[in-house]
Amino acid sequence: MARVGVFVCHCGENIARTVDCAAVAEALADHPGVAHAEDYKYMCSDPGQALIKRAIIDKRLTGVVVAACSPHMHEKTFRRAASQAGLNPFLCEMANIREHCSWIHEDREAATAKATDIARTIAEKVKHNVPLETIHIPVTKRAMVIGGGIAGIQAALDIADGGHEVVLVEKDASIGGHMAQLSETFPTLDCSQCILTPRMVEAYQHPNIKLMTWSEVDSVDGYIGNFKVTVRKKARSVDADVCNGCGDCMAACPNRRTPSEFDAGLGTRSAIYVPFPQAVPNTPVIDRANCGRFKAIAKGIKKEVCGKCATACLKGAIDFTQQDELVTEEVGAIVVATGYQLYSIGREQPEGLKGYGEYGYGEVPDVIDGLQFERLASASGPTAGEIRRPSDGKAPQTIVFVHCVGSRDPEKGMSYCSKICCMYNAKHAMLYRHKVHDGRAVLFYMDVRAAGKGYDEFTRRAVEQDGAEYLRGRVSRIYRDGDVVKVVGYDTLGHEPVEIDADMVVLATAMRPQPGIKELAQTLSVSYDEHGFINEAHPKLRPVETNTAGVFVAGACQAPRDIPDSVAMASATAAKVLALFSNAELEREPAVAAVNEATCIGCLTCERVCPYGAVEAKEIRDRAGNVVRMVASINPGVCQGCGTCQAVCLSKSIELATFTDEQIHSEIEALAFWP
Amino acid sequence: MTLAYYPGCSLQGTSREFGESFLAVVEALHIEMTEIDDWNCCGASSAHPVSRDLGVALPARNLALAAEMGADELVAPCAACYSRLAAAQYHLAADTDLAARMPGILGRPLPPALRIHNVVDLLALHAPRIEELVAARVDPPLLKDLRVAAYYGCLLVRPNEVTGFDDAEQPTTMEAVIGAAGASPVAWNMAVECCGGAFSISRTQSVVRLGRRIVADARAHGAQAIAVACPLCHTNLDLRQAAMTGRGKEPLPVLYITELVGLAVGLSPAELGIKRHFVDAAPLLAELAGKAEATAASAAAPAAAKERA
Amino acid sequence: MSRSDAVARLLAETRSAAARCYQCGKCSAGCPMATEMTLPPHDLMRLTARGRFREVLSADSLWLCLTCETCSERCPTGTDPAAIIDGLREAAVLEGSRDAPRAIAAFHRSFLDQVRLTGRLYEAGFFVQYKLRSRALLADIGNAPGLVLRGKLHPLPHRLHAVGEVRAIFERCGVSTADLAGAGRGPEPGGDG
Repeated sequence: MARVGVFVCHCGENIARTVDCAAVAEALADHPGVAHAEDYKYMCSDPGQALIKRAIIDKRLTGVVVAACSPHMHEKTFRRAASQAGLNPFLCEMANIREHCSWIHEDREAATAKATDIARTIAEKVKHNVPLETIHIPVTKRAMVIGGGIAGIQAALDIADGGHEVVLVEKDASIGGHMAQLSETFPTLDCSQCILTPRMVEAYQHPNIKLMTWSEVDSVDGYIGNFKVTVRKKARSVDADVCNGCGDCMAACPNRRTPSEFDAGLGTRSAIYVPFPQAVPNTPVIDRANCGRFKAIAKGIKKEVCGKCATACLKGAIDFTQQDELVTEEVGAIVVATGYQLYSIGREQPEGLKGYGEYGYGEVPDVIDGLQFERLASASGPTAGEIRRPSDGKAPQTIVFVHCVGSRDPEKGMSYCSKICCMYNAKHAMLYRHKVHDGRAVLFYMDVRAAGKGYDEFTRRAVEQDGAEYLRGRVSRIYRDGDVVKVVGYDTLGHEPVEIDADMVVLATAMRPQPGIKELAQTLSVSYDEHGFINEAHPKLRPVETNTAGVFVAGACQAPRDIPDSVAMASATAAKVLALFSNAELEREPAVAAVNEATCIGCLTCERVCPYGAVEAKEIRDRAGNVVRMVASINPGVCQGCGTCQAVCLSKSIELATFTDEQIHSEIEALAFWP
Repeated sequence: MTLAYYPGCSLQGTSREFGESFLAVVEALHIEMTEIDDWNCCGASSAHPVSRDLGVALPARNLALAAEMGADELVAPCAACYSRLAAAQYHLAADTDLAARMPGILGRPLPPALRIHNVVDLLALHAPRIEELVAARVDPPLLKDLRVAAYYGCLLVRPNEVTGFDDAEQPTTMEAVIGAAGASPVAWNMAVECCGGAFSISRTQSVVRLGRRIVADARAHGAQAIAVACPLCHTNLDLRQAAMTGRGKEPLPVLYITELVGLAVGLSPAELGIKRHFVDAAPLLAELAGKAEATAASAAAPAAAKERA
Repeated sequence: MSRSDAVARLLAETRSAAARCYQCGKCSAGCPMATEMTLPPHDLMRLTARGRFREVLSADSLWLCLTCETCSERCPTGTDPAAIIDGLREAAVLEGSRDAPRAIAAFHRSFLDQVRLTGRLYEAGFFVQYKLRSRALLADIGNAPGLVLRGKLHPLPHRLHAVGEVRAIFERCGVSTADLAGAGRGPEPGGDG
């Protein structure tokens, strides 16, 4: 025998201004199965909740309806209150008469009638509610961080310091990311590697961090608390356990002319190499595409070619037969921190982007990008920190820095601002002027975006102390004329066209997510936007979570950002992970779907439509162990309660708890048959 | 394909040699095309600033005529005509309001979409045939080692959304045609910079200013001639070159791409109307002929010696 | 639609189109005529977006645009300055503007007169009309013999059979070249340079 309690909230004036709450309560009091009905100014307040608890106990209520705001607001509040009064929380439902009624109508009479209908509908539903228990799933208290740049390193360190094991996966031969390539960082002009390398070493030495470099994520199975990630450890061709990082192999390698990725193409490296001297781990890899021995093998030449590195290695660490290795790691949480790449202005572009023909499509000598300039400025770079132009090694007397190349350019496919370029352009101008005292630094900009702490002062320093010339106007064309690079721009504030004969041009190209980001996102079942940036769960309030439970995001792979923001975001993901790991088990709402195996026909349509991969095929066996038939089985740990499976099930074998067919039909009948 | 030919007004008048050389080359390449009967002026640079409707209607009439004669492709040698015809077709497809009003303005139904060619892309399509003809000539190749600056001007490549032709900043089609003709295109910087277009007579000082740096850059990159595909570019760089170049500098001949190809496949300068230029191309042609003869002679000498032996 | 309605609608359209412009100046940087304009393209966009039509429509910079399309091709926001400038010019003509430089107005008027007369541009007739209107009687006079000798000046006009169709098109578009009448201040064309 149902004994439902109905509580109508005024929500101050929010509801009461438009809906006659007392009348709603009165109408519901007469409804069959309703044992108690009252209205009150603020149901979510302490006294309000006390009313509910009192009624539950005094009237021995079997169900509670709170007609008030959206369940998104206070469902948890009222369910907790019900639970405290001894009523199973899932016997408490909310009827939304605010967002669905008082906030969208003006006619008091009509609104009151509608509110009464809504409350009545939920009262009917609640009669079909059953007590449910929170689902508990175990949590593997290990985390995986994908990406070993500054964000990934920070996240790994924070989680490791929190007492849990972290697997840090990095696709390059060393961790460090782009920050290792930088010369100095704004706004302090700290030497980038000086502040980064201690963190790199800490990550390497941390007892809780398992470093997997030269590795990539191959596939991901499972769900929050219970991921199984297969990582491909690419073949280094060097036995990492034996190698002591002496470097004799690199010295012996006859190939010195492969363009160095770390030097952004401005320097060279050998075929067996570590990306930079401070690499962590200090274990080389062989670039098989450029190694004489492997190229010969690829051509089918039987005779063994070169092998000088193996000869030079006193530890016998070179292993030409090494293969890629697939390793499965079980983790409870994943942090994506894969960082960025710079947009290239070249002719060939991925879909949706265009190159800059007006700037020469990347084929004009001495027109470089920001990372290349960093390598020139860096003491460990190809020119030992001297600013020299790539074409002839001369010190440039005039450098033009161009802002917004690709960024804020919807016609080229990137409408967004890359956030860091205004700052690093000022930094580059300053570094150049510090090194070439009579050099001329001209910057073509649209706006100067320097919103961080000390950032505006930093850019002003570039102008006031270091003589950088800022011209507000975009550059129309860049081309080579003899020995100079002609920059055709405009000074909109000075109202004149400006043409500069530069010795070198540095383009501040847009920040983009890394290549392969879409494939990785799909592997992780996380969504990404039109530019490939990983989507956060909510842009304001959930910036480090994704829509996939257990997968978090940090750094420039989510949107362009600088180092302090990336570090902060990384620590935030660590906090989320540590919170996840702080309980023995994970609690989940029982609003999940379940399959009636007796009636299920095994068509697996539900498996095909489930957006979360929560459905699996299950074998039903007889006593002898033979497979009799297949049915669908829903994992309560993964199911998000969307109800799609229930809607498509051909045999009506799926019920979504808290939204069963019976409950939904009762709501429809209430609307249809009650006046 | 049935190709309609839209000559445009200047090919009969001040750019007569463009028309002559175009027809001569079309014949040599066996390209079949039919002139549109009773075609009207496309409006060039005067209709569209005064009235958008007129700027679309005048070329649209010609598109309609071309379609009526059963053509599905059209070639307009003059770059301005090409641009106006392509723009009319583009805007009629993109602007439903304009398309709804146009039949009333034209007194004809809307023309269906045609493939619109400019002279460069038409020649590029027939590049293999050009190469054949060049190779088949008994004479040594006339244009061997001739360094030519390919000058596209504005309207062939911009707006690229409308013309759909080549790359707006670094086009290569004309260079391909020049190469097919046996000459050597040079890398230079002014290929798509404006020559001053329609200001040829109404604001000549602008044309002189703009043309000066085009010619200077061609010269600086070693060009012996500039190839053009637009009557206005030709007039501006040819007729007006005297005003641009300083005293003592040898003027740079400006050849229509059709004249270049015509010379390469063996047509005479007279047939091609080259004598109509203001910058005399005769010395350059004589130099080329002389070189060609010398090469032929030295090639023949060992053969003759062999025969004697 | 009345003239003033047509003008109002054109101006509203250009204003809305120009609102996209974020004033980066790339158009003016690449504009071949920018050094001769008091209001280069980005300024024209700004004034149009702000509704300062008096200033825009009376600017001779409007008529110095040669529709080379460099601005529209390179504009990062997809504003189409070349098309907006055409729209402004059309509005100026409908308003009976007299602010176009004399030679340029004379050029357009004479060109369109010839086209309406015969259906094609009869160059000799056009030159005569242009010279009379621009009052640059002696300009290019030195080139005339050269043009004639080279057979580049067709002695006689060619009239279309369907010239009536062309005239009808002019009328239906509401174009009367008298709108460009008496236009002009501005420098004389440079003649032989």
